[in-house]
Amino acid sequence: MQKIIKITIIFLLIFILGIFFLSLNKSSNYNTEFLVGNKLGEIELVSFEDDSVYTNDDFKNNSFTLINFWASWCAPCRIEHPQLMELSKENNIKILGVNFKDKKINALKFLKDLGDPYEYLTRDSNGKQSVNFGIYGIPESILIDNKLTIIKKFVGPLTKHDLNNIIEIINNL
Amino acid sequence: MLSNTGNFLLILSILFTSFIIYQSFACLKKTNDIIFKSIYKISLLQSTTILICFFTLVGAFMVSDFSLINVYQNSHTLKPIFYKISGTWGNHEGSLLLWVIILTIFSFLFLITNKNHPKNYRINTLIIQNILILGFLFFILFNSNPFSSISPIPKEGLGLNPILQDPALAIHPPLLYVGFVGSSIYFSAAMASVITNYSGKFFAQSIKSWVIISWSFQTLGILVGSIWAYYELGWGGFWFWDPVENASLLPWFAMTALLHSLLVLEKRNILYFWSIILCLLTFTLSVTGTFLVRSGILNSVHTFANDPSRGIYILSFLSLMIFASVYILFTKYKPTNDQINSNSKETFILINNWFMMFYLITVLLGTLYPIFTDAISNNKISVGPPFYNSVIIPVVIIFLFFMAIGPKVRWMKNEFLNFKDLLKIIVGAITVNFIITYFFKSYSLISNLIIISSVFLIISTISDAFKKPKINFARIISHFSFGFLIFFIGLNHNFSIEKDFNLKLGETKKIDNYNFELKDLKLQQYDNYKAVIGKIQISDLSTNKKRTLNPEIRIYDNPQTLTYEASIKTNFFRDYYLTMSNIDRSDYYNIKFQEKPLMIWIWISVVMLSFGGFLSFIRNAKNN
Amino acid sequence: MKIKIFLTIFFISFNLNLGSNEPIVESKIHKNLRCLVCQGQSIADSNSDFAITLKMVVKDLIKDGKSEDEIYDFLSEKYGDWILYNPKLNAGNLLLWSLPYLVLVFGGVIIVFLIRKQSKKT
Repeated sequence: MQKIIKITIIFLLIFILGIFFLSLNKSSNYNTEFLVGNKLGEIELVSFEDDSVYTNDDFKNNSFTLINFWASWCAPCRIEHPQLMELSKENNIKILGVNFKDKKINALKFLKDLGDPYEYLTRDSNGKQSVNFGIYGIPESILIDNKLTIIKKFVGPLTKHDLNNIIEIINNL
Repeated sequence: MLSNTGNFLLILSILFTSFIIYQSFACLKKTNDIIFKSIYKISLLQSTTILICFFTLVGAFMVSDFSLINVYQNSHTLKPIFYKISGTWGNHEGSLLLWVIILTIFSFLFLITNKNHPKNYRINTLIIQNILILGFLFFILFNSNPFSSISPIPKEGLGLNPILQDPALAIHPPLLYVGFVGSSIYFSAAMASVITNYSGKFFAQSIKSWVIISWSFQTLGILVGSIWAYYELGWGGFWFWDPVENASLLPWFAMTALLHSLLVLEKRNILYFWSIILCLLTFTLSVTGTFLVRSGILNSVHTFANDPSRGIYILSFLSLMIFASVYILFTKYKPTNDQINSNSKETFILINNWFMMFYLITVLLGTLYPIFTDAISNNKISVGPPFYNSVIIPVVIIFLFFMAIGPKVRWMKNEFLNFKDLLKIIVGAITVNFIITYFFKSYSLISNLIIISSVFLIISTISDAFKKPKINFARIISHFSFGFLIFFIGLNHNFSIEKDFNLKLGETKKIDNYNFELKDLKLQQYDNYKAVIGKIQISDLSTNKKRTLNPEIRIYDNPQTLTYEASIKTNFFRDYYLTMSNIDRSDYYNIKFQEKPLMIWIWISVVMLSFGGFLSFIRNAKNN
Repeated sequence: MKIKIFLTIFFISFNLNLGSNEPIVESKIHKNLRCLVCQGQSIADSNSDFAITLKMVVKDLIKDGKSEDEIYDFLSEKYGDWILYNPKLNAGNLLLWSLPYLVLVFGGVIIVFLIRKQSKKT
């Protein structure tokens, strides 16, 4: 009996310390990568220009769509913009821009200065729509396929590396 | 220059420490009961060297010697001198030096104050303590060296995080360290006690003072930390069950349990094994806490800048420590026969320990569980205040009743309690609760019970003070302050009023019984920051009283940070607490207003609680 | 007689609290949601864009007649369980919720066992 207790205690300690060692190599930063593989729910995005609404059906014919949340007041969005411009040249993918908590004039000026990569441009003036996409800070981008399954999520500005990654994915299928 | 001095002193301390261990082994071989004079001398030298080493670092901070990376990263020439000094231990490397100071000073003091205990026990304690010291000195020298130099020498430092530039946070680490690093000495003593088979009440006597003093400091340290969180973090609470806060609370539970079980060991010579476990547990939890905080595997408000290599070192050290102590315990421990009578004081102390273990395991589990789910199933979860509150609070109610009854029974005797007296007290407690309910109107079942049980403890403890011919004031004070603490936390938690709204300059808003007006915004320049100071007038419509609060938004330059300073008006009945923050891309300001009844009494209760500890320390010192 | 007084006061003091079955409190929900972009704060304590957005969404969901648990489910589906400060009672968290009580029961059993052992001897 005493022996069993002793062995249990030692195993428990090894287990706890082992987990600590394992966790040391993990990043403690949080991301929403677990959403990858899930389907998008009902989309209801209001067009930037008028009050027409985009829904899931609008994206079913694209082999890939990149949903990009951006705003003119967001500095990192400027950094990622060249990558989006580059990506807009690709045939296999369409970019859906969601203008987040922004003023219309500023947003238009932003696009005039840096170019407009968006096939569809919508707005999320009060930010409520972003919650449906699991967005918690902008810029954030979601790559979906024609079944509206999330292929990849990008939190923070898209880098050159991310861009190549996307191009590889869309041209491989 | 200071870099060389510091490194030299560190190496010197390592030599002294090694020499102490060497001499101690030599001393163990001698059959007589005398400790070498040289051991005393080197111990004194060792403590002095470490102290000088620490003051060298303090000096480097005072003169802003940026040739040291540590000073460069954590200081700035424009910082007030007080914060330059406190910056020494406000960072990882410097605070480790403080660790070692406490380890060595406690080692030295334990050596010179326990002369009536056998040589082997004392020498073994010294050896183990010095192995710990050695471990930390190596850590400092090779991994976290505060004396590492940088070249070329930067002209200006990066500055200390502004929320750490605060008087409470300047004294918080030293207090807390005396508490949980101090527990190292009874870790060492417990190991020595098992090795040399020096058990029972004499062992209890030799460590009792150390447990009491570390407990008292730990209590104060936790208090100062919460006060800081209360006024600095700007959400109006004082305890968030944040992993870092929990790390300081875990050893406290173990210490509290130990404090009580030692009484039994001293008086009745039982619970030896359990007391040893608690001694080992306290320091192990302290090191575990340090590991969790410094390795950065936890997400926390108070995260230090972290670095995985630190984590690996502390974790290896912790593992060695745990397995060595488990090994010694399993191989050297000789079972003793414990006799416990029901309804005797020792039963109630066991009950105290039982509850302490419950709190400890709950908090430990809540703190570690997210790490485990993440490592095992890659699922990140949060364990926050709702979990702790719903698990712990109901149990606290039962605990308080036991805590009230426990001291009334005597050692060993199966004696029946005077139920009539208890009934009187409980009627009193319920009456108080009734009055409070009437006064504050609505609240829940659980808060009723919290108030009844805490008032029961308070009345019962005070009535003890008048009954017994020979009373232990330390115990009375600590117990009733604990009752007060829970009582005030209960009231405060239930009757706080919170308002959250947006205002712009010149606007007035009426919410319930209050009128809020943002009268003025002033920009002011200070030495190391700019501040936007709001002037908000609160008129109480029922009494027509007007109060002005001045919350600040501070913009620090080095490093660039925005902080929100709460404006707090305190009196004996309530705190008015108000923070103002800017809303991005809008000319509105977000205002959070809270009215927190009896806030100051929570602090006072904890001060009294630790005062009880200090009193008990003095009493204990007199008796020996 | 005393017991009567005792019981009366006891019941009166509880009766005062009946009927306090309040509607869902927004601030309670806010306190239970982690602000993902802040360091260890709930959205009630934060003023970040994320917190402001989430507060609006919570308000809408309440307006739509969603219960507290439905709101938590919705948000944890979008952001993961990390966002909830009160971990859900599910298979993965079973140990978290049950172990404290197991310890409590187990400790009680040990104490009773120790006392029994002694009283048998005497």
